[in-house]
Amino acid sequence: MRTLFELIWRNHFVVLFVAIQSFCVYLIVQNNRYQHASFFNSSNAAVAKVNEGITYFKEYIHLRENNQLLASENAQLRNMLSKITQPSDTTKPVVTDTLQKQQYTYITAKVVNSSTTLPNNFLTIDKGTADGIKPEMGVICGSGVVGIVQQVSTHYSTVMTLLHTKSKVSAKINANGFYGSLVWGEDLNAHESILKDIDKTVPVKKGDTISTTEFSALFPAGIMIGKVIESKLNPGSNFNAIKVGLSTNFDNLSYVYVVDNLKKNEQRTLEEATQKANEQ
Amino acid sequence: MIVTILQIVLRFFVLVALQVLILNNIQLGGIVNPYLYVLFLLTLPVQTPKVLLLFIGFILGISIDLFQNSTGIHAFACVMIAFIRPSWLKLVAPRDGFEPDESPEIRKFGFRWFLVYASVLVFVHHFVIFNLEIFRFSDFWSTQLRVLYSSIFTLVLIILSQYLLYKPEK
Repeated sequence: MRTLFELIWRNHFVVLFVAIQSFCVYLIVQNNRYQHASFFNSSNAAVAKVNEGITYFKEYIHLRENNQLLASENAQLRNMLSKITQPSDTTKPVVTDTLQKQQYTYITAKVVNSSTTLPNNFLTIDKGTADGIKPEMGVICGSGVVGIVQQVSTHYSTVMTLLHTKSKVSAKINANGFYGSLVWGEDLNAHESILKDIDKTVPVKKGDTISTTEFSALFPAGIMIGKVIESKLNPGSNFNAIKVGLSTNFDNLSYVYVVDNLKKNEQRTLEEATQKANEQ
Repeated sequence: MIVTILQIVLRFFVLVALQVLILNNIQLGGIVNPYLYVLFLLTLPVQTPKVLLLFIGFILGISIDLFQNSTGIHAFACVMIAFIRPSWLKLVAPRDGFEPDESPEIRKFGFRWFLVYASVLVFVHHFVIFNLEIFRFSDFWSTQLRVLYSSIFTLVLIILSQYLLYKPEK
C-alpha cells in the first residue's frame, strides 16, 4: 500500500494529467451530441455482436419464464377485451367496426317514461329507428339488466322490463355456472324476480350473484342481474325456484344502454335453420 | 512578482476575449480557424509549477469551450499542451538554461527558437482540437490539412502579436 502511494506521488503529474484528461473526455461525451452519438455507435458496433450471441443463448434458458409471462399477459389482455366488449356505467360511443370483430355496440338512451307497479311494466326511451334501435334488442344499465325493446317508432321505443309477466331472460348462477330462466310474476314486487329451471340438487347460497348467459342473443354474457335472496323447492317438481333481488333499481332509472348485437341475426338464422331441419 | 501575476491574469482575459469575440468568427475558406489564445499557455513563465500549468490549461480551455459550445474539446487540447510543455521546454532549452522568472518569448530567445518552440505546441493543440471536433476517420486528410493551415495561420498571428505587443529588449 505504501509503495502504491509512493508510486502515485512520484508520478503525480502524470496521474493528475490523466485525471484531468479523463474529466475532459467525460465532458466531451456528456455535452457534445455528435461525439456522444459516435461514441456509442462505435462501441455499439463492437459490443452488439457479442450481446446478440448472449441474448440468443439466454432466450433458451428463460424459455419457461417467458412462456409463463406470455400466458399471464394473454390472460390480462383477455380480461381487458371482455371489459371492452361489456358496458361500464360511463357513456360509451358507438364504434362502427367494419370488420365485424366487435360483437356489441351500445346506444345510450334516456328513460322518458316508466312504470313499476303494473303487472306488465314498460319503459319508454327517447331513441327509435332513427338511432338504429330495432325490436328485440337488449337493454341494460350501469347496475344491471333492464329489459328487451318491444316496439319502436321513429324517435321512441318501448322496453319490456324484467318486471313483465312475459319477460324471460336466460340467467346463470355465477358461483357454479348452472343456468335457468329469469321470470317475473304478479306476486312479486319491483325489486324481485324468480330464477326457475334450476335443479334442486344444485347448491345455491343466499347472496350468490346471477348474471346473463352466453346463450342469449340479446345481452352480452356476464351482465349483472341480481343476487339470490332465497331458494325454495317448487312443490311437485325437481326444480328450485330461486328468488332473486334485482340489481337494477327500476324506480329511478334515467339512462340506459340499448345493446346492438351485431351477430344476432347470424345466430338467429342459424338456430332457426337447425330447428327446422330437426323438425322435418 | 505581483505585477507579473497581474499581467498574466490580464493577458488571460484579453486573449480569451480576443479569441471569443473576434477570432472565433473568422473562418477563412471554411478550413482555417486560428486559435491565438494558446499564446497564453506558450508565454507563461518557465518556472510555472507543472501541476499549476495543468490547471491553468484546463481553465483556459474550458473558458473557450463555454463560448464555443464544445465543452471539453479545448480543455482537452490545452491540458495536453500544458502536459508536454515542461518536457518540451527542457528539450529545447538554450545551452545555459533559463533564468528564473523568464518567459519563453520571442524578444528573449529570438525568432528561430521561438518558432521551433511554438510550432510544435500549436500543432499538437490544433491537431487534437480538429480531430476531436470531427471525430471520425473519413475526411481524414482534409482534417489534417485544416490542422496544418490553421496551425500556420495561428503561428503567424502569434509571432505578429509578439512583435506588436512586446517591445524588443534593448
